Amino acid sequence: MKGRSFLTGFLLAAGSAVAAIVFRRRAARRRERAELYLADGSLLSLVDGEPGAERVLLHAREVLTTARS
Amino acid sequence: MVASDPMAATAQALADLTEISTQVEAAVVFDREGTVLGSTLDDERAGRLAGSALELVRAAEEARPEGAEVLVQLDVALGDGSVFVAADGDRLIAATTAPEPTVGLVFYDLKSCLRGLAEETEAKPKPRRRTTQKKDDEGA
Repeated sequence: MKGRSFLTGFLLAAGSAVAAIVFRRRAARRRERAELYLADGSLLSLVDGEPGAERVLLHAREVLTTARS
Repeated sequence: MVASDPMAATAQALADLTEISTQVEAAVVFDREGTVLGSTLDDERAGRLAGSALELVRAAEEARPEGAEVLVQLDVALGDGSVFVAADGDRLIAATTAPEPTVGLVFYDLKSCLRGLAEETEAKPKPRRRTTQKKDDEGA
């Protein structure tokens, strides 16, 4: 009986952990972001809410709206 | 691709791009002054798209840290789609896709398009300069 409840608890905890990871990954993927590739091969990532990202995202939205209008 | 007219060459390159890259919804080739060189859209929308894309590039260039290298390409992932811009000297290409595209593939196709256009420009023979002999030579 004790072993069974331990197994249930363990499975519940493992399932919750996996669900949390999947949810966080999906949420991160959905987050709006810009990636700037520079001539030396370096990459600059701007995520929504960071300074500098707002203008870039705003103009990107304009591009998308224009292309689909 | 055989097209001596630059506009025709650009139109052909864009037609090839949309045929190869099914992820690309719309694309425009333009220069750093915002002049449209070719587009998959009509002229009016192409002009607006090039203007918006140029503003995007300028905003991205300003977002770079001071002293950073030149911006060569960018992608912006939005909730309802993505925007890509790739540059080759003074010539740029901007494209839009559905959400969550294969970023590497889209960039590869855009850069191939720009490279093809650059080769087309280089391959085009320059007009020969006509030389005229001076009248003095005739008299001598």
